[in-house]
Amino acid sequence: MSNVTKHVLKNGMVVLLKEVHSAPIISWWVLYRIGSRNERTGTTGVSHWVEHMMFKGTEQFPPGYLDKAIDRVGGSWNAQTFLDYTAYYETLPASEIDLALRLEADRMMNAQFDVEEVESERTVIISERQGAENSPMFWLGEEMQAAAFRVHGYHHEIIGDMTDLQTMTRDDLYGHYKAHYMPNNAIAVAVGDFDTPTMLARIEELYGSIPAGKAPELFARQEPEQMGERRVKVERPGTTSFVQVAYRVPGATDPDWFKLELVNSILCGPDGMGGGSIDNKTSRLYKALVDTELAASVDGGMTQTIDPFIYTITAVVRDGKSPDEVEAAILREVERLRDGDVTEAELNRVKKQARALFAYSTERVTMQAFWLAFTENFGSHDWFENYVANLEAVTLDDVKQAAAHYLRPQNRIVGAFIPTGSAPEDDMEDYE
Amino acid sequence: MSSLPNSQNVTRVTLPNGIVILVYEKFDAQSVVISGSLRVGSIFETPTQNGLASLTASALTRGGAKRDFNAINEALEDIGADVDLSGGINTTSFSGKALAEDLHVIVDVLADVVRNPTFPAAQVERLRGEVLTGLQYRSQDTRYRASRAFYEMLYPAEHPFHYSARGSVDSVAKLTVSELMEFHGKHYGPQGMIIVIVGAVKAADAIQIVRDRFEDWSNPAQPEPPTLPALAPITETKRTYVSLPGKTQSDLVLGLPGPSRFSPDYQAVSLVNSVLGQFGMMGRIGKSVREELGLAYYAYSQVEGGFGPGPWSVAAGVNPANVELALDRIREEISRLVNEPVSEEDLADNQAYYVGHLPLQLESNEGIAGALRNIETYQLGLDYLVNYRDTINSLTRTDLLNAAKHYLNPDTLVIGIAGPELR
Repeated sequence: MSNVTKHVLKNGMVVLLKEVHSAPIISWWVLYRIGSRNERTGTTGVSHWVEHMMFKGTEQFPPGYLDKAIDRVGGSWNAQTFLDYTAYYETLPASEIDLALRLEADRMMNAQFDVEEVESERTVIISERQGAENSPMFWLGEEMQAAAFRVHGYHHEIIGDMTDLQTMTRDDLYGHYKAHYMPNNAIAVAVGDFDTPTMLARIEELYGSIPAGKAPELFARQEPEQMGERRVKVERPGTTSFVQVAYRVPGATDPDWFKLELVNSILCGPDGMGGGSIDNKTSRLYKALVDTELAASVDGGMTQTIDPFIYTITAVVRDGKSPDEVEAAILREVERLRDGDVTEAELNRVKKQARALFAYSTERVTMQAFWLAFTENFGSHDWFENYVANLEAVTLDDVKQAAAHYLRPQNRIVGAFIPTGSAPEDDMEDYE
Repeated sequence: MSSLPNSQNVTRVTLPNGIVILVYEKFDAQSVVISGSLRVGSIFETPTQNGLASLTASALTRGGAKRDFNAINEALEDIGADVDLSGGINTTSFSGKALAEDLHVIVDVLADVVRNPTFPAAQVERLRGEVLTGLQYRSQDTRYRASRAFYEMLYPAEHPFHYSARGSVDSVAKLTVSELMEFHGKHYGPQGMIIVIVGAVKAADAIQIVRDRFEDWSNPAQPEPPTLPALAPITETKRTYVSLPGKTQSDLVLGLPGPSRFSPDYQAVSLVNSVLGQFGMMGRIGKSVREELGLAYYAYSQVEGGFGPGPWSVAAGVNPANVELALDRIREEISRLVNEPVSEEDLADNQAYYVGHLPLQLESNEGIAGALRNIETYQLGLDYLVNYRDTINSLTRTDLLNAAKHYLNPDTLVIGIAGPELR
């Protein structure tokens, strides 16, 4: 099925190419193997901030030039910082893709990190964090990760701790850039309407001469085993309670990851893969929480990570119900699954769902290129291409074994957002 | 994609009962999407029933004559398919997605719940509780509250746009099952219904699937949409601050009524709005508020269009200490837009952006379905996309200036703000 070709340039840059000729467009991604997982205390959020600075121009492409140049050709571009990577992409009409190839080659080495631009961006990033803070779920999520990871870099939010955002310097940012942005730490992917030899030749021309750098020393500390349940509570003004139950689970290349993906589908409904999602009203936790009017909604998600992460179930507590009741109902369903109460028919159903969601995820070149880059980063792009086959191979015993092992009480973190007081009558005033 | 969807490759059929079906065949993916609308929404509600159209739409999938709640969800989720209905102001929209061989399943579920919903009392109560929890949560959401304050000042209480289609905690709590049934019986019907299907299906097959399930639907009592009351001109700045304890950022929504999608100057407004708050990094507003001052993570402008007159607005999230500075900068940009023609370069850039963006917009089944639905809803003609380049490129700097002047005035803005308590 796959027509992905993999190439490694002499300087170590990995290039994945896949021709798709259904629309006259191409998506170009460059992913660096550096994310929030490798950040030290004091510079948490540095990867994300560097991502912002990469949009501030170079000598060749001055500030503001590319925003306009990309739009002028009808393209779109953006970037994302994740736990394990920082990635940049452009999706452009096929005839215009050279702009993307040139700009990523340029900013791999030549971003400027002007001091004034760094200061101006500091307030933008603080504003981004404050915007997130306005949502109760942000606070709970931050505390859950901090409770789950005492040692490992997954303990802090990708955006970083506020104190670090206030104190990080231009040199911190530039040092991070110079240490990690280099061809031998990059994965580049093109998916779309091109001819592979021509595309590869142009990539070699633009990127082949960029010198390899000193292999980055990654700050990575292994999280010790969890020795018993951990609990967190966030109390802030608000009206609605939330409950999260999380379990420590393995990274994406562990065979057990696929078993747990199906465990999640059975409990919470399937994860969308970027091509459209479906409802979860036939899932076990929907029936146990929403049909019983304890919660307004429930969802769950496995994350594809390099190192062991957490599998998180989130419920919005229905007005008038208590977080304790919701937590108890979640844990009852988890225990039921751990006791082996699951059928072949259920397993087949979630496999069919996964096939459909996977098909949806391959309909846009941008999503295909994302998945190839993302999965290559934690293992191999085969992970994405074999996704359905790997799920098909999971047996009923596998599901029971994975649930029994990973969803044990000693391995969980339970959290609740508790709105303080009754929501104070908010003021509304007209003036001027 | 050898050519854009157009009158030659889109199949358009009008059923005798008024339903319009559009189908575009696209065999390069394995899925099919359905998208469309019914001519029913909150414009048919009274203020005391606010949220009725929305709750009715959400309650449809709680049970149909053919399938109860569980059977509906099993039919869809067993095959990885989805059907969603949502009640808005002018229309109730629906969308669905399935593997191509399962199109009949999503159309069958849609027909059953739209035509013959059962509104089981226990299910409606359950749904109401979920909606109320959601509304309570939104009451603490600064973006939502700023937007509500903005709409409530922009449109008077007798205008349907004054209200959120979702309703309020008070109004939704009082709605009854018999009101839902009555609302459905009276307002749901085939007249004005649009069904768009895009994907790996033959047009003839798709149309037959729809005919088999919708052709015999009728509702002789289905009313025409009411005429909206005229808006009095806004002659002075209006401003509301909503104080929400515990928040760290303030969200702003400000603007004035804009054109409807039917308005002859809609395209000019849309293009000049791109200059103001979209093109590049959120247009001139993004450049000033985010890039130059570093005040905000987001600051952009948008034109709602629609059946109209929807707002032309600017939204931004800023530190509470910077609210006035951000407002000043936004006002300056609006002032510049209504006083100076955009430059030749701005015009050319934005025209190129609008025209050049079509291939990306039309890459997916969803993208094409959305475009076709707009074309049908706003009667743009099946060759709209083919003619789009000429339409956009014919606009002049004067057209854009006139459009900005006609709708915007920096001295009479309506401003909704929500954020932490002021000290």
